[in-house]
Amino acid sequence: MARTDLLTFTDYGIYCPEGDFHIDPWRPVPRALITHGHSDHARWGHGEYLCTRQALPVIRHRLGDITATGIAYGEPLRIGAVTVSFYPAGHVPGSAQIRVERGGEVWVVSGDYKTEPDGLAEAFAPVPCHAFITECTFGLPVFRWRPQPETMADISAWWARNAALGRPSIIGAYSFGKAQRLMAGITPSGPILTHGAVEEVTRILRDQGYPLPETTRVTAGIDAKSHPTALVIAPPSALGTPWARRFTAAEEAFASGWMAVRGIRRRRALGTGFVLSDHADWDGLNTAIRATGCERVFVTHGYTAPFRRWLESQGYDAGIVETAYGQDDDEDTTETAGQVATP
Amino acid sequence: MKAFATLFAALDGTTKTTAKLAALTQYFQTAPEPDRLWTIALLSGRRPKRSVTATELREWAAEAAGLPLWLFEDSYAIVGDLAETIALILPPASGTTDRSLTDTIATLMALTGRPPETRKAAILALWDELPADQRFLFNKLITGGFRMGVSQGLMTRALATATGQDEATLAHRLMGDWSPQTTSFEALTGGTDHDGPGSRPYPFALAAQLEGGPESLGDPADWRAEWKWDGIRGQLIHRAGIFALWSRGEELVTDRFPEFAPLADFLPQGTVIDAEVVAWGADRPQPFAALQGRINRKTVPKKLLAQSPARLLAYDLLEENGQDLRAQPYDTRRARLAALLASLPPDLPLAISPTLPFASWADITATRATARAEMAEGLMLKRGSSPYHVGRKRGDWWKWKLDPWSIDAVMIYAQSGHGRRANLFTDFTFAVRDGNDLVPFTKAYSGLTDAEFAEITRWVGKHTLERFGPVRRVVPDLVFEIAFEGIQPSPRHKSGLALRFPRMARWRRDKGVDEIDTIETLRALLNAAQG
Repeated sequence: MARTDLLTFTDYGIYCPEGDFHIDPWRPVPRALITHGHSDHARWGHGEYLCTRQALPVIRHRLGDITATGIAYGEPLRIGAVTVSFYPAGHVPGSAQIRVERGGEVWVVSGDYKTEPDGLAEAFAPVPCHAFITECTFGLPVFRWRPQPETMADISAWWARNAALGRPSIIGAYSFGKAQRLMAGITPSGPILTHGAVEEVTRILRDQGYPLPETTRVTAGIDAKSHPTALVIAPPSALGTPWARRFTAAEEAFASGWMAVRGIRRRRALGTGFVLSDHADWDGLNTAIRATGCERVFVTHGYTAPFRRWLESQGYDAGIVETAYGQDDDEDTTETAGQVATP
Repeated sequence: MKAFATLFAALDGTTKTTAKLAALTQYFQTAPEPDRLWTIALLSGRRPKRSVTATELREWAAEAAGLPLWLFEDSYAIVGDLAETIALILPPASGTTDRSLTDTIATLMALTGRPPETRKAAILALWDELPADQRFLFNKLITGGFRMGVSQGLMTRALATATGQDEATLAHRLMGDWSPQTTSFEALTGGTDHDGPGSRPYPFALAAQLEGGPESLGDPADWRAEWKWDGIRGQLIHRAGIFALWSRGEELVTDRFPEFAPLADFLPQGTVIDAEVVAWGADRPQPFAALQGRINRKTVPKKLLAQSPARLLAYDLLEENGQDLRAQPYDTRRARLAALLASLPPDLPLAISPTLPFASWADITATRATARAEMAEGLMLKRGSSPYHVGRKRGDWWKWKLDPWSIDAVMIYAQSGHGRRANLFTDFTFAVRDGNDLVPFTKAYSGLTDAEFAEITRWVGKHTLERFGPVRRVVPDLVFEIAFEGIQPSPRHKSGLALRFPRMARWRRDKGVDEIDTIETLRALLNAAQG
């Protein structure tokens, strides 16, 4: 059995020699399979793109004129000597894990994922495999999320409290995924306003049929006076900027898994932090890995060193793969997490 | 603990002083009385005697969470706070009881001296019954270090509002070595002071930093100048049967300086002096390093006493014949101080810190330039008519320190910070050139903006050469200007020297690693500092 590994790791990204394609490559390649539309996974400049049908509209919106094909979840596709298929990753709408099979041997690339259903993204499905290439953004046991309904109830209560005082509520949330998850899960106390970056993605997802409430883009003339009870959803980088200042006396908050750590919360000098993540927590990562039944695990980004050591102590053959994931606009970023927002 | 947890959440959740003041005031009006007392104690840096060690806490928490200790330690390195790491890592609690803050502390203190298994069982039981937010605070009660973003001044103001007492009087009451076990809320904050002042120190008057020159202060004739000594600020108290030396950190340090004991025989009762403790030799103050060996020792061996004898340089007279002089003008207090000290035998280790005469701002500016030769770190400028203020009141007292020394160095190691800076690389080790090698000579943590730290953190991620636990060895490429206040020989360090108050003055993006300073430059500064 001196066969080569089904997937290998190159300077361009995760590569399948027998299918001659890359998965989430960070440098331009002829053929790219994409797990989801965040910019550290879906980059510009590839020859052909393949992603789920649900992920395609946002990827097209973000990358412009690309040659891309959409595929249904679970639909097998033969590429060279291998068969690929996409399964829900529960990270953001349209996100997928990519399964690669050759003669009964199965490797799965998780992309980014979370195990708890959030009511919007297609719910995570464990995929049995021999080798699992997983993220571990929150791969330390201090990161454990409360059930989403509890966190949503806290955020709803915060909004209601502010609205009762006639103060707008501004919440920082990533414009693709977290923002829509918030608007879909919260109990309203007033109208929902959006930053332009959030509104565009929201419109695309709403047109695709995702159940999203009515939102209004913030334009000239909209401010604290006109919308005193509004919830404003904006990218984290917009907080504390002149754009946000039109909402005078507004209460600000930030929704992210990083808010679990007080030091990070305080560094943002924001009043309130809600622990809400689109990534698996410690228990989620462990459950997901166990459910695959795999023997080999490769960890790509996050707290890779301690997480690998932990997996080895649990009997896995585990390795670290250096990737370029977790460096851009998503919440993956570990060491720069909670950095000061720049306009 | 519920009310205390609510207070903590309110204080922790805002950066606005008015909101903090309101939350504190409300707490002091409504919380149960013993809890209020403990809250004052905790916010002013007092804490219950530690009955459990940090090592025990780590081990028990890891065991309760079913995790190996190394994983606990790795998590701690990221979270940056032991109490918080434990709170986050423990499995969810099975019960929720609400015990009072006072009761919780009493339970903790009762564990002192009990066998490890008893203490472990008690701590595990408490962890299992407290909700997550209270668990964190409970751990903080054990580990200490309640930083709730509340200054002593702010707390005193809230207490004054809540009790209707005078703020300055309260500030004085809160000084010294009281503890919730030896007093009551009423005794501490009530209208009458049953115990009398005892050994309680007055709140120290503090100076603000003078930026730019002194010309903005107006007529030089209104101002007095003294050296700003580089020692330990202290308050010497001699009252009926009591002889006490307090440090500015409100620590009683009387026994660490036995050479001052004879002063009790000569100073009249009812005397309080504000002074600087310095190490003394060859008729002049010695570098701070000489005092350092004395600070952390509770008892002083004879040899050390002979090597680095301490002396008090008196700044101010706060009380004479039992009368509080703080409202008197500075000039009056100084005249009385001079008269008092002149009446003492000359060989006592107590002398007035001299007034430096000057006729113009140009005069005193020239004097300031000689501070280093006098072993001072700069000047103090005080208004002749000023009272002895409580705490830091801008306008009457200014410290005018010498410009720091500086040196260009390259970063070679980076480590993430703690608390507010967890997850961000903020603790750096710097090196200068020694021939073809780089020799590390100092660490620094402060001086850059959050945006710069974030940028460097991203850089470190991409330029790590080696990892040693939480420490990264990085490509020696980023150059910083390191500012510092002093330099001392240090056999413990590879470079043979140690800096005082090093910090990053600037990130020198314009400089490359070939342009940094050399170890010879530092040695020359060291020679200059040794006089």
